[in-house]
Amino acid sequence: MIPALLILLSFQLAGEVAARSLGLSLPGPVLGLVALVLSCSLRPALAERLRPVVLGLLGNLSLFFVPAGVGVVAHLGEFRSDGLAIAVALMASTALAIAVAALVFVQVVRLTGRGKAEVQE
Amino acid sequence: MTDAALIWSYLTQGPLLWLTATLAAYWLGDSFFRMTGRKSWANPVAVAVIVLALVLWSTGTSYKTYFEGAQFVHFMLGPATVALGMPLYDNLSRVRRAALPLAAALLAGSLTAIVSVLVIGKAFGLSATMLASLAPKSTTAPVAIGIAEGLGGEPTITAVLVLLTGMFGAIVVTPLLNLLRVHDWRARGFAVGVAAHGIGTARAFQVNETAGAFASIGMGLNAVLTAVLAPLVLRLFQ
Repeated sequence: MIPALLILLSFQLAGEVAARSLGLSLPGPVLGLVALVLSCSLRPALAERLRPVVLGLLGNLSLFFVPAGVGVVAHLGEFRSDGLAIAVALMASTALAIAVAALVFVQVVRLTGRGKAEVQE
Repeated sequence: MTDAALIWSYLTQGPLLWLTATLAAYWLGDSFFRMTGRKSWANPVAVAVIVLALVLWSTGTSYKTYFEGAQFVHFMLGPATVALGMPLYDNLSRVRRAALPLAAALLAGSLTAIVSVLVIGKAFGLSATMLASLAPKSTTAPVAIGIAEGLGGEPTITAVLVLLTGMFGAIVVTPLLNLLRVHDWRARGFAVGVAAHGIGTARAFQVNETAGAFASIGMGLNAVLTAVLAPLVLRLFQ
């Protein structure tokens, strides 16, 4: 467990250092994510070494944003005054994004004729 | 005999109490989630946040005091974001096989998610801070919080907006895509992963294994793409 955690933290650390030193607007952990994918493709043994700890972390992923979520208590006023605008923006935008992504995917599959569709029964 | 008030004031000095409370509230939320048969509206984070908010309010505890204990849980967002690379790595062969439709759908979906929320928010006259907090709402929470911090948004507002987006996306995806007659499981899963991150992905896995795999691809790729696009798009709205 310790080596796996050490590897994950090192990727995050390297990501933070790279993001800050290069002045990138990407969050450090996102660079760490990209580095993890690349490293695992180069050395599949690394993926197997990390897997148990990664599965543990991802299995409880939603726990980790509880503390940030509780922060909403400090902003209840904004949610009360702008509640309708926020609700409309969130709902319309999410539905649009789902529809656009799905339709574009299907359309491109049709145009290129590539990738056998895995269709709903 | 020691006064209960003394014990209370001792406990509120250290991180133990609120760390324990955070885990307890999440456990409660998760039990409720299982009890309802994992319905999208019974999200464990939503339940935990409501329970903790009520506890803080009724004990007169400030968010700052609470966070001193909860920061240990909050810290895990970073390593967990790195860990999100693993499902992406596991699905690389699927990504290669459908590279073109995936790339097109990712770009279109990611841009739609960011631009449309900013257009509507701006039309309603929302503040610049609120717009910056809204911009990354379709990405997975750990990444969205990082993006919002960088954009001058309020990370705690973003956390709640991300949560609501995921819940709404998970509820609306099946009826919406049935209406649009999209039957390809890859398209259905990928779309909900891009637009509604982990909560949408969990929903996709409930419906179909292929949809779930493509949802986690969508979530992972959009985490990276939104981190790149959100600052660029937001600049146009300021």
